[in-house]
Amino acid sequence: MFTDFLYHLRGRGIQVSLTEWLPLMRAMAEGHARANLTVFYHLARALLVKRETLYDLYDQAFAEYFKGIEAQFDLSEELLDWLTDPVLPRELSAEEIAALQALDLDELRERFDQRLREQTERHDGGDRWIGTGGTSPFGHGGVNPAGIRVGGAGGGRSAVQVASDRRFRNLRSDRVLDTRQIGMALRRLRRLGKDEGPEELDLDATIDESARNGGEIDLIFGPPRRNRIKLLLLIDVGGSMDPHADLCERLFSAAHAANHFQHFEWRFFHNCVYERLYTDIFRRRGDLTADVLKRIDRTWSVILAGDAWMSPFELTHLGGAIDLFHDNRETGLTWLQRIRDRCPNSVWLNPEPKRIWNAPSARVIREVFPMFELTLDGLSEAVDVIAGRRANQPLDAAIGQWTH
Amino acid sequence: MTFEQFTGTATYLASPELRDAVNVAVALERPLLIKGEPGTGKTMLAEAIAEGLGLEFLSWNIKSTSKGHDGLYVYDTVARLNDARFGDRDIGDIRRYIKLGPLGRSFKSAERVVLLIDEVDKADMEFPNDLLHELDRMSFQIDETGETVTATQRPIVVVTSNNEKELPDAFLRRCVFHYIAFPDEDLMRDIVQVHHPEIEEELLRQVLIAFYWLREQTELRKRPSTSELIDWIAALRRAGVRKEAMEEKLPFLGVLLKHEQDLGSVAGPRARRAGVLH
Repeated sequence: MFTDFLYHLRGRGIQVSLTEWLPLMRAMAEGHARANLTVFYHLARALLVKRETLYDLYDQAFAEYFKGIEAQFDLSEELLDWLTDPVLPRELSAEEIAALQALDLDELRERFDQRLREQTERHDGGDRWIGTGGTSPFGHGGVNPAGIRVGGAGGGRSAVQVASDRRFRNLRSDRVLDTRQIGMALRRLRRLGKDEGPEELDLDATIDESARNGGEIDLIFGPPRRNRIKLLLLIDVGGSMDPHADLCERLFSAAHAANHFQHFEWRFFHNCVYERLYTDIFRRRGDLTADVLKRIDRTWSVILAGDAWMSPFELTHLGGAIDLFHDNRETGLTWLQRIRDRCPNSVWLNPEPKRIWNAPSARVIREVFPMFELTLDGLSEAVDVIAGRRANQPLDAAIGQWTH
Repeated sequence: MTFEQFTGTATYLASPELRDAVNVAVALERPLLIKGEPGTGKTMLAEAIAEGLGLEFLSWNIKSTSKGHDGLYVYDTVARLNDARFGDRDIGDIRRYIKLGPLGRSFKSAERVVLLIDEVDKADMEFPNDLLHELDRMSFQIDETGETVTATQRPIVVVTSNNEKELPDAFLRRCVFHYIAFPDEDLMRDIVQVHHPEIEEELLRQVLIAFYWLREQTELRKRPSTSELIDWIAALRRAGVRKEAMEEKLPFLGVLLKHEQDLGSVAGPRARRAGVLH
C-alpha cells in the first residue's frame, strides 16, 4: 500500500522523488507519524510536497486514496509490510540510488520494531504519547502536545476530512492571479545582455584581483549586466473583455510597476488592432499604429492581452472593425501580422480558458502569435518563450472542439 | 525518541502541523523551508525554535547581491591590501583576514545553533544550489588557508521564502517544506490575546469580524496581515475607540490598508453594509 500511495501521488501530478520518499519512511520508522493518519497527512505533505501550489492536488489525491479505508488503516502494519518487501520505482536517478544505498532497510526495520515496543510501554506510562490516554495505536486527530487549543478544526476531524476541505484551493497556480503574482512572473522576464554593447569596467572584480595581486592594478572588464528586455504591452479593452477588465488592470499595473525592463510601452485597443492604438482605456487619445511600430524593432517583445473573441470579419475584412464609424482600410489580420513581423518575439495572453480557444477568430490569431492563458502557469510559459528559455509548443490537443 | 520537541513559545503560537514539520526537520537534520503570506510569522519562527529549544540563534538576511560563498566566509582582501600599504599589522597571516559568515559560524559553533536563512528568494536563482553541497556535508574548506571547517553539531537550518523566485528542484527535494496558512479566526483570537491580553471580548469580536471581512474583499491590492491587525488593535485601544463606533465606520483603516486605492474601495461598501445591518 505504501508504494501504491507513492505511485498514486505521482499519477496525480505530484512528482515525488525517492530522495523525498525515503526520508518519509525514515521519519515514520522513528515514530513521527505517531501511528495517526492526521499526523501522517501533515508529515507526508511536509516531506513530499514542496510547493504550496500543489497542496490542493495533494489534498485531492490524499482524500481519494484514503477515503473509506482510513478506519481500518493501520500505518504501522503497512510500513512493516513495506519494509519487509520494498517495491521501489523503476527509473532511479544516480542521486536516488545513492540515497537508497545509504539507507539500510533491515536496520530501519529493527529500529521500527523497537520503536513500536517503546510506544506501547510509553502509552501505558502515559508520559510521552500525547493524547487522550488510550492505548490505541491510531491516536487521535488534532491533539496538541502543549495543551493550547489551536484552530477550530482540532479534535475529532479526520485526515480525510481535513484533506477534503481543500483549504489550499486558492493557492493553485493554474487559477487567475493577483498583481503581485503577475509582477513576480514578469520579473522572470529578463535577458541579460552578453553580446551587445561595449564591455564595462567591473569595479568589484578589479579591486578583488588587484588585492590578490598584492596591489598590482588589474583592470577587469565584463559584459554589461543590464536587462535587455524591451516590452510593448497591448491590452484589449471594452466589449467582451469587460469581465476580464480587473485581471487586465492587474496585468497592466504589475507590468507598470516592474521597473526592470530596458524600455516599457503600453497601448490599448478594442477587439483587434487596426491603424490606431490608444493611450487611454476610453480610446480617445492615441497614436497611429504605424508610428508605434516605427519606434520599436526586432529586439522588442510585444505582449497582446485579449480574449481573441470577435467576428471573423473584424480580422479578415476591410471595414470590418467593430465600431461602425470606423472604416478600417486594412484588415485586422494585416496589422497583427505586421506586429509579428516587426517583433517576432511576441505572444498573446488570453484570459479565457484554453478549452474555448477554438473560436474561428482565436484560431486565426493563434496562427500569428503563440497564445497562453492569463494564469500563473500560462504567464510563466509565455515569459519563458519571450526570454528564449523554451520553444513554443503547439497545444491544439488540449483545446475542445468548437461548435456553433 | 531522543529528539527535542518544539512546542511553540509563550509568544509564538504554532499550529500542530507546523510543530510536526519543525520536529521532523530537526530529527531528519534537513533544512526547513517556510513559506506563507507576509505577516504570518515566517521569520519569527526560527527565533521561536531557538528560544523553545534553548539554543543560540544566528541569522543570515539574504539580499539580491548575496552569494552562497559569503555565508561560509569572506576573505577581506581589501583590508589586507590596505594593511600592506599603510598599516603596520602583520599581513603574513591570511587567517586574520578570513571572516566566517553566518553559515560558517553555525558550523564552527561548539553548541548546536538555529540558523535562519531569511528570504532566500531575494538572491540569484542559483543561490540555493550553491549551498546544497555544504548543507549536505555540513563542512567546507577555506581555500586560502586550506583549513576545513566541519560542523560538530549540525545546525537547525530554517529557510524562509516570499515566493519572489522559484527555488530550484534539487534544493526543494532536500528540504522539509511547510506553508503557513493564514490563521483562522480561532487561532487569530489566541494570537491577539498573546499581544493584547486585556482586550475586551466584544471589541475583539468586532475587530475580527471586520478584519476577516476586509480580507475577503477581492478588489484589495494587499490584504491586511496578522502584524497589521495587532497594530490596528493597539491603535484602537490607545485611542479608546468604543465598540459601537466600529459598526459605523472602521477607524484608523490606514494601519490595516497600505494602498490608497484600497482605502477608497473599502470605504464605500463597508458603509453600505453597515446601513443594511441597522
